Amino acid sequence: MRWTQRGFRVSLPLLAVGAAALLSGCGVSKQSALAPAGPVARAQLGMFWESLAIMTGIFIIVAAVFLYSLIRFRARKGQTGLPKQVHGNTTLEIAWTIIPFILLVFLAIPTVHYAFVFGDTPPGAMQVDVVGHQYWWEFDYPSSNVTTANIVHIPVNTKVDFVLTSKDVIHSFWVPRLGGKTDLIPGRVNHLWLEANQTGTFYGQCAQLCGAGHAYMKFEVVVQSQAAYDAWIAQMQNPHVVVTTAEQKAGMALFQQDCSTCHTIGGTAFNGKIGPNLTALMERPTIAAGTLTNTPANLAKWLQNPPGVKPGALMPNLGLTQTQIQQLVSFLETLK
Amino acid sequence: MAAIPERLAGVHGETRTYTGIWSWLSSVDHKKIGIMYILAGLFFMAFGGAEALIIRIQLWQPNNHVVSAETFNQLFTMHGVTMIFLVAMPILIGFINAIVPLQIGARDVAFPRMNALSLWLFVFGGIFLYSSFLFGSMPDAGWFNYVPLSGSVYSKGLGVDFYDIGLQISGFGTLMTAINFLVTILNMRAPGMRLLRMPLFTWSALITMLIVLFAFPPITVNLILQMFDRLFGANFFNIAGGGNALLWQNLFWIFGHPEVYIVILPAFGIISEIIPVFAKKVLFGYESMAMALSVIAFLSFMVWTHHMFADGLGPVVNSIFALTSMLIAVPTGIKIFNWLATLWGGRIHFTTAMMYALSFIPLFVIGGVSGVMLAMAPADLQYNDSYFVVAHFHYVLFGGTLMAALAGMYYWFPKLWGRSLNEKLGKWNFWLVFIGFNVTFFPMHISGLLGMPRRISTYSPGYGWTIWNQISTVGTFILLVAMLILLYNLIITFLRKPDAPNDPWDGRALEWSISSPAPEYNFAQTPLVRGRDAYWLEKQEGDGKMLPAEPAGPIHMPSPSLAPFGIALTIVLAGYGAVLHSAIIGGFFLLLTFWQIGRALIDEDHGFHVTPHMGGEAQ
Repeated sequence: MRWTQRGFRVSLPLLAVGAAALLSGCGVSKQSALAPAGPVARAQLGMFWESLAIMTGIFIIVAAVFLYSLIRFRARKGQTGLPKQVHGNTTLEIAWTIIPFILLVFLAIPTVHYAFVFGDTPPGAMQVDVVGHQYWWEFDYPSSNVTTANIVHIPVNTKVDFVLTSKDVIHSFWVPRLGGKTDLIPGRVNHLWLEANQTGTFYGQCAQLCGAGHAYMKFEVVVQSQAAYDAWIAQMQNPHVVVTTAEQKAGMALFQQDCSTCHTIGGTAFNGKIGPNLTALMERPTIAAGTLTNTPANLAKWLQNPPGVKPGALMPNLGLTQTQIQQLVSFLETLK
Repeated sequence: MAAIPERLAGVHGETRTYTGIWSWLSSVDHKKIGIMYILAGLFFMAFGGAEALIIRIQLWQPNNHVVSAETFNQLFTMHGVTMIFLVAMPILIGFINAIVPLQIGARDVAFPRMNALSLWLFVFGGIFLYSSFLFGSMPDAGWFNYVPLSGSVYSKGLGVDFYDIGLQISGFGTLMTAINFLVTILNMRAPGMRLLRMPLFTWSALITMLIVLFAFPPITVNLILQMFDRLFGANFFNIAGGGNALLWQNLFWIFGHPEVYIVILPAFGIISEIIPVFAKKVLFGYESMAMALSVIAFLSFMVWTHHMFADGLGPVVNSIFALTSMLIAVPTGIKIFNWLATLWGGRIHFTTAMMYALSFIPLFVIGGVSGVMLAMAPADLQYNDSYFVVAHFHYVLFGGTLMAALAGMYYWFPKLWGRSLNEKLGKWNFWLVFIGFNVTFFPMHISGLLGMPRRISTYSPGYGWTIWNQISTVGTFILLVAMLILLYNLIITFLRKPDAPNDPWDGRALEWSISSPAPEYNFAQTPLVRGRDAYWLEKQEGDGKMLPAEPAGPIHMPSPSLAPFGIALTIVLAGYGAVLHSAIIGGFFLLLTFWQIGRALIDEDHGFHVTPHMGGEAQ
């Protein structure tokens, strides 16, 4: 009995944690439009439930009449002659023209209202530039001169104006828990404003077919308190790259030779612009746009053969030896 | 009905006759052409279905690698292109070909040879598209082929060239079909067949062809512009060269949305034919049904940017197109309610055709109401490009179009082939399709709301998507079994002796007043139409036979011709020249095409006469 009681005492909090996890964003609602964490996603979910209610009502009425007819008016043995022939009924026909029209008005009002609410960027919103690349995300903070990739930090309860452009093909920026998507279209500048009302990590991914690596173009939105956000910005502005061991130094030399044409690292002289900015790489939970968790082993796996990890990746297989890969990983591990 | 061909007096040279396979390749008979359209559509459906099956196997579990990401993109692109252009449209156009001239009491279409050319352009266009497989790269930028992904910078293989040229070739055919049937329906109706006496299927064909006439030019322009970009280095869609990414999207969807109605209006028409026959009741609200078709066609051209709500076109554009999109629900609702009112108080016979037609109603309503949800532009930003949309359009195109096409298959099979499909197998076929369809596609609503984007080649665990994808995949295998039953049913029925009665279902429209299968000349004497449901009217109020509108006599028939087959073949060969950047191959076959067209134009063959036997049968 003691065991059962203990089991109960242990499992109850576990259950609570599990339920909280389900509701809060882990588990099934990790990227779910049904678990909004900001005003835009909440308004969209509200429209979803409102339209779903009206539409379910219509479906139930149609299904009820339909099923009743199929049962009640099925042909039976011994029936002769023809059923009563009805060509039409003006009253009924006017009714089922006008009633749907009225129901649509209930949907049209929030539609137009929110089209304008979402379409106009609120004044004073914090600007973050998002640039789509095959197959990764560039995030620039123009006011603080910070650039990062595949992870974007924003302060909680702050309206953020994401300015969306693309370097190559069309991509689509979508963080379901914060709000719907907007496309990044080459030759155009699009705006999408979002706001998060709770701290935590929110997941997003490209929603417009952009090539072989489309499924591997994910990103994370880290929502922080204003203080934590400010600290992150400060850290990004003053990155410390301290290279001490021989292996790290060898890796840095190798990076200069093989990688710096494409990659920038804050705090070093490396300033390539083609690939993702690697400043404070070790602070990111994943690499390769959410494809792998950020571990030394996975960094090595990536360096071994990028297109093998992520289909269509534009970073080529550099033909590095195991020693070179270890040196590069040691160097990358210093990026904090 | 035996017929004695007679040479037309005053014609130079022999009347051509062909036998065996050549009698099909040279046929200008709308019924044979319709049959070939349907068979070719079923043939391509096997490919589109196989692609769907591989897609679903790949998505069975997270991080699956049954196919590569590159192959996956080709699979869903070809699945979409195939099901829209090579399955849905051809099968429906096949029914329109086979049935509409019969329903209006005509002996053929207005331009029989052009009709054959339409068919062969579609067939060769489809084969051309699939032959891209042999050249190492199938189209892979999605069925709507957005630029710049499909442009020469980002799509270096030949796949998109095959898309551009293959769809132009089959599109020419579709445009000619539109002209042909508009002229046929407007000009060749039997005496008394006023517009408001036409069967609803013919009405739907008329309105559909009007949509085709206006919707196909924009896609043709798009395809030509992109062909110029890819073959000759033009810059219409090259952003670096001043091109515009949204130009493609606008032109594509100005075609693309009406296209949805091109494949759903004939489905409406089929349902409107079948429900009154098996409910033993006249169609409720005939005029409003015809009016609703016209209003839907009109609105279909004013909603295209609802495919582009995530493009950032601004709140004014999004609001206007959201409202016009919602409006479509009104005429569509009228149709649903009219079908329900037709069932109400009827005497419903559950044949396979009727069961397919009935299933259309709830399935299409689900697709329709999720469509209204998608029309709410600000909410659509969550659904757009997610599996929710995939669920929505499969409820419309599979639950709607394909269910109606299968209904039409069971309903008109005896008229087309003189044999009835096995009803017992038909019931199995129906229930497995119905269950398999819902098991496959309903869960996609949920995976979409859980944030799963469409067109991803794989996904990670931990998103809550796995279970819904597994249910979908199980459903696909149910559908596979269902389709194999259909195939078996088709085969055993084809192997049987033709024994179908002329009027197996106690039908209402004119096609049931003639023998099964219909004779080459359709009507020994052009019938006189005295009202709606012309044949039903004669069965109820007359002696069960159509009154003739002309004296019996020899009937003028167009001669068969291999020219359409040859013209389509050489156009496709010229297409290979274009894809392979060979001016010599392309130029040679284009010249050969023009030479054949010229020869066909000055052809002196004015056809021949047949004298139908006026036997004891109901003719």
